[in-house]
Amino acid sequence: MKTASLLSGAEAPVVQFENVGMRYGLGPEVLSDVSFKIAPHSFQFLTGPSGAGKTTLLRLILLSVRPTRGLVSVFGEEVSGISSGALTALRRRMGVVFQDFRLLDHLTTYENVALPLRVQGRAETSYRAEVVELLRWVGLGERMHALPPLLSGGEKQRAAIARALIGRPDLLLADEPTGNVDPGLGRRLLRLFLELNKLGTSVIIATHDYGIMDTVSARRMVLGEGRLRIEE
Amino acid sequence: MSVDRTPPGNNSGHTPGKPAGRPSAPAPERKPPRAPAQAAPEAAEALPATLRRNAPLVPTDTAASRSLAAVIAILTFLAALCAGAAEMVSASAAQWQGSVAQEVTIQVRPAPGRDVEADLARAENLAKAEPGIAATRVFSKQEAERLLEPWLGSGLDLGDLPVPRLITLTLGTPAPDLKHLRAGLGEALPGVASLDDHVLWLQRLSTMANTFVGAGVGIVALVLVATGLAVAFATRGAMAGNREVVEVLHFVGADDDFIARAFQRRFFGLGLRGGAIGAGLALLAFWLAGLLARAWRSGPAGEEIEALFGAFHIGWRGYASVLAIGIIASLVTGVVSRLTVRRFLA
Repeated sequence: MKTASLLSGAEAPVVQFENVGMRYGLGPEVLSDVSFKIAPHSFQFLTGPSGAGKTTLLRLILLSVRPTRGLVSVFGEEVSGISSGALTALRRRMGVVFQDFRLLDHLTTYENVALPLRVQGRAETSYRAEVVELLRWVGLGERMHALPPLLSGGEKQRAAIARALIGRPDLLLADEPTGNVDPGLGRRLLRLFLELNKLGTSVIIATHDYGIMDTVSARRMVLGEGRLRIEE
Repeated sequence: MSVDRTPPGNNSGHTPGKPAGRPSAPAPERKPPRAPAQAAPEAAEALPATLRRNAPLVPTDTAASRSLAAVIAILTFLAALCAGAAEMVSASAAQWQGSVAQEVTIQVRPAPGRDVEADLARAENLAKAEPGIAATRVFSKQEAERLLEPWLGSGLDLGDLPVPRLITLTLGTPAPDLKHLRAGLGEALPGVASLDDHVLWLQRLSTMANTFVGAGVGIVALVLVATGLAVAFATRGAMAGNREVVEVLHFVGADDDFIARAFQRRFFGLGLRGGAIGAGLALLAFWLAGLLARAWRSGPAGEEIEALFGAFHIGWRGYASVLAIGIIASLVTGVVSRLTVRRFLA
């Protein structure tokens, strides 16, 4: 199996799906018999037409929904019946960039980016320098006071990415991260994700922007009619 | 150390922004980059002093917060008034009981063929002989008749009426054995002298005071329950209104306890504000009522008011219970909001 060959040695997959099916309520199956593995330090696109189930797949990985059938393992842990403490620990190893950013409008850019560290109960002084450094790096050094409603689409995008990166995730999930920005910025953000991947983070980017995908040769997970096809 | 601060958004070259310590830096742990240690002081220094850093995670909805604080203030005010009034009645009742219980009365009834003055003297001697009786005072015939004036009117000749005569005994320490005295009186003056130790009166007074205090405690408890319910509703409303905030907090790795604490902090603050306002208003109300009572004391109704409420001040226990109710209301608010959030998240 090709996916297995991506795994280096004994390293366990970051995410593993086995015959996963998912339906909402009594509706039709959004995902059927989805099986795949995400190797550590790997980079892949998740693509498919709108409504193909990309966001549902990401939500399954994020453990915000549970599969109707099949097995989902994240960081080697099978997630059915997982305790809420273990769930929190798994989520702290993931960074996520939502399509609609999901920045908290009542917090400044600085506070939004610092959020993953703050929720770990760390003192503000212990992460201040880190957050400021990252904000400067993503070009928001001058915008840390600003509340999200006052940020441009690109700035929100970068704030959301910074928030996903601040906790040094082992796995980064990005849902249409280039959907709200011009193609130039989209390509630059993509390079940012590639750079992160080189440093060891596994990256999954959900997109249907072929322009972006064609610039990188990476594994593509293509969803169509609820089924997954993997193009190496 | 060369620091390229070109952000991805402004980077038009082929390489992404390469700040020192960020992706271009060596990464032995194969982890996303960290700010190097030496960058920390520089970054911290450069951080503007005015930057808001720790805003509450639960957004404060001013209108809803104000309403909830007002509800808590009103409920605290009512509970505090109730507690203060109960305390005042209980203190007054204790005062009455104290003064009434310090005296007992011997009643000597005139009987045909008996010299009432001799009976009186005998009864007084018996009482004086009893250890623990501090003083005795025999009411003269005129005094006894005057006691009847409020019922029979003045100017009547009561000479022919067999008006009972009274001896008041002031109790000293150690308390006298009233049973022994009663038995002695019964033996020496059977059917003529009787001892009234006001037990019935004291019992009624004590029942009344206890009923009042019990009702006060019950009302305070009900008001606190109402506060808890109001807070539970408000918390549920806030949770529903902030569903997205809660979801984001979960995604960035907050556990349920952290989220519950964030809500609890916000609601405890509101409870503290409401409790302080309510308790403060209640203290003000008691102070004003005290002032008014003092001003009225000179008027015709003054004596009745003073007789009923004493000096109209609630004493340190009253003030303490008002403050305690304010604090308890805030605690109830915090605890209930936390429990509500935990239940909501579960």
